[in-house]
Amino acid sequence: MNDKVSATNERRLTIARAMAEAIAQEMRVDERVFVMGEDIGTLGGVFGNTRGLVEEFGKLRVRDTPISETGFIGAAVGAASDGMRPIVELMFVDFFGVCMDAIYNLMAKNTYFSGGSVKVPLVLMTSTGGGYSDAGQHSQCLYGTFAHLPGMKVVSPSNAYDAKGMMTAAIRDENPVIFMYHKGLQGMGWLGTEPGATVNVPEESYEVPFGKAAVVREGTDVTIVGLAMGVHNALKAADLLAKKGVSAEVVDLRTLVPLDRDTVFNSVKKTGRLIVVDEDYHSFGVSGEIIASVCERDVSVLKAAPRRVAYPDVPIPFSRPMEQFCLPNPDKIVAAFDTIAGA
Amino acid sequence: MQPNREQQLWMYEHMLVSRYFEETIEKIYLEGKTPAFNMANGPIPGEMHLSNGQEPCAVGVCAHLNAGDIVTSTHRPHHIAIAKGVDLDRMAAEIFGKKTGLSGGRGGHMHIFDPAVNFSCSGIIAQGMAPVVGAALSRKMSNREGVAVAFLGEGAANQGAFHESLNLAAVWELPVIFVIEDNSWGISVPKADATAVPRNDVRAAAYGMPGVYVADNDPLAIFDAAGEAIARARSGGGPTLIEIETWRLAGHFMGDAEGYRPKGEKDALFAKDPIPRLRERLIAAGDLTAEDDAALAAKARARVDAAIEFARNSDYPAAEEALDRVFA
Repeated sequence: MNDKVSATNERRLTIARAMAEAIAQEMRVDERVFVMGEDIGTLGGVFGNTRGLVEEFGKLRVRDTPISETGFIGAAVGAASDGMRPIVELMFVDFFGVCMDAIYNLMAKNTYFSGGSVKVPLVLMTSTGGGYSDAGQHSQCLYGTFAHLPGMKVVSPSNAYDAKGMMTAAIRDENPVIFMYHKGLQGMGWLGTEPGATVNVPEESYEVPFGKAAVVREGTDVTIVGLAMGVHNALKAADLLAKKGVSAEVVDLRTLVPLDRDTVFNSVKKTGRLIVVDEDYHSFGVSGEIIASVCERDVSVLKAAPRRVAYPDVPIPFSRPMEQFCLPNPDKIVAAFDTIAGA
Repeated sequence: MQPNREQQLWMYEHMLVSRYFEETIEKIYLEGKTPAFNMANGPIPGEMHLSNGQEPCAVGVCAHLNAGDIVTSTHRPHHIAIAKGVDLDRMAAEIFGKKTGLSGGRGGHMHIFDPAVNFSCSGIIAQGMAPVVGAALSRKMSNREGVAVAFLGEGAANQGAFHESLNLAAVWELPVIFVIEDNSWGISVPKADATAVPRNDVRAAAYGMPGVYVADNDPLAIFDAAGEAIARARSGGGPTLIEIETWRLAGHFMGDAEGYRPKGEKDALFAKDPIPRLRERLIAAGDLTAEDDAALAAKARARVDAAIEFARNSDYPAAEEALDRVFA
């Protein structure tokens, strides 16, 4: 990782632990910060990202909620506008359906409706992603759904270093931030975690600024753009391509809103080819937006038609052969490159 | 309303089938997941929510239903599906993700649909409540018989959909029964920390419908309460809310370490397991002999074993089938 701070004492953390550490550090210095959500107290979060918080900060600041997402996310909007800095968890992003009004009609719009006089400094953290046969109400990414709606920042780390710095930045931000963490990167063994997400993380507090993509591997023949799990698929594809003598550059978007279109464009300008990897649905989403952002600026930088490796436009099936067939993977990225290699 | 001997034996037998089904699924679920527990592996991947201990809720209610009546269930659906008469072979195959499954492997254990007996379930809390209101409305508008029953957990009573559905069912006087399986835990959060009232049956008063509480996970008392509510619904008397005290003998899902449970709680719950209690009661009343009991148990095992064998021997769907059936 480009931003990985070199340290003599390597301290490798999972994304889950990095998120919990960032939250704890902000809670120590800012008493306005508190956490709400289902099973985030004693259990430490179903995906481990609030582990240790209730023991340190108590039940007043680390609040297990009823299963009432409309209520507690709406309440977080009210608390944020009244001077607090709530962090709320929507356990699975798929559960957004029961509480989207609080998210996109309140959280995302109150600042604008008030002409900027009302702030909503709120972090909504939520798990994304599949690959472990949890079927169509527990496996979606929905990056595009959230990024499409104006008024909230949307971020999704691919590794623990970014996760800590982005969580710190999210808590300090004056705006609502959707912090989407991929279950397969979380470092929970029972979800079959991606080892590349567990990296060195400094103990001291730091921010990873929003709107700045990272070139996580440099190359000259093709640009592969992704976020979260997509970055790891892209890096593995780059290894496969290297064996074929192809030099792939990999861009980790890190944040969707704001989107670092410059880094993507400059990379494609260099390589002339673009593949976007997205575990979210194929149509009307992140992949189309990335391609448009290049084409709108200067289509002549492309030597070949851009390609996308995204989730087909079907609900996520339970059965393993069907789900694995649908998911992006390194081989699909290589196959996508093969269709544009001759250009 | 007390069940006759035949009804009691029907309930007992379906509790046995359900428990043996869950115990079998539990063993198979762990195949391929040891020593390292990774949910993605083994013949049954993904989340698995077992219903051990909650069988009385399913049989006490479904004893009054026929195939035409509508039931929606939760993410913990197997006991209710079995009591409602869902095709056990095809349900097992669905849980294995096989082509012969009820949904051809698309749904899995949280998304079991069997239109032949009007059963469905889903994975999001309180999601089955409004659909039973609509199904009951459909029956009423088209002058067709039938009641609609939504099963939910006690945690679901704090969702907006709970309150909206109760109000709709009441204001439209629909043949609906809302059945809360109160196992006292929402994953790790105890009911008392999440719910402002000790018992959810009192919430029925807010919507002008009868609210009934059934203590002690007792299948006969559940039969009694459900029978009265369903008879009232069938005769045009409108909806009822029933809360049942039940016990989750398993974790929230397989792999749950249950560190949040007070020490000794599980032992105390197992000591009052509803299946041996009903067995003892049936034997004491002279309604069941030890020989008949052994025969019922053997029949239950044979039924489950056949379903599991069907599932194991079935083929996986072709990967490309993932792209089918998005639209009718």
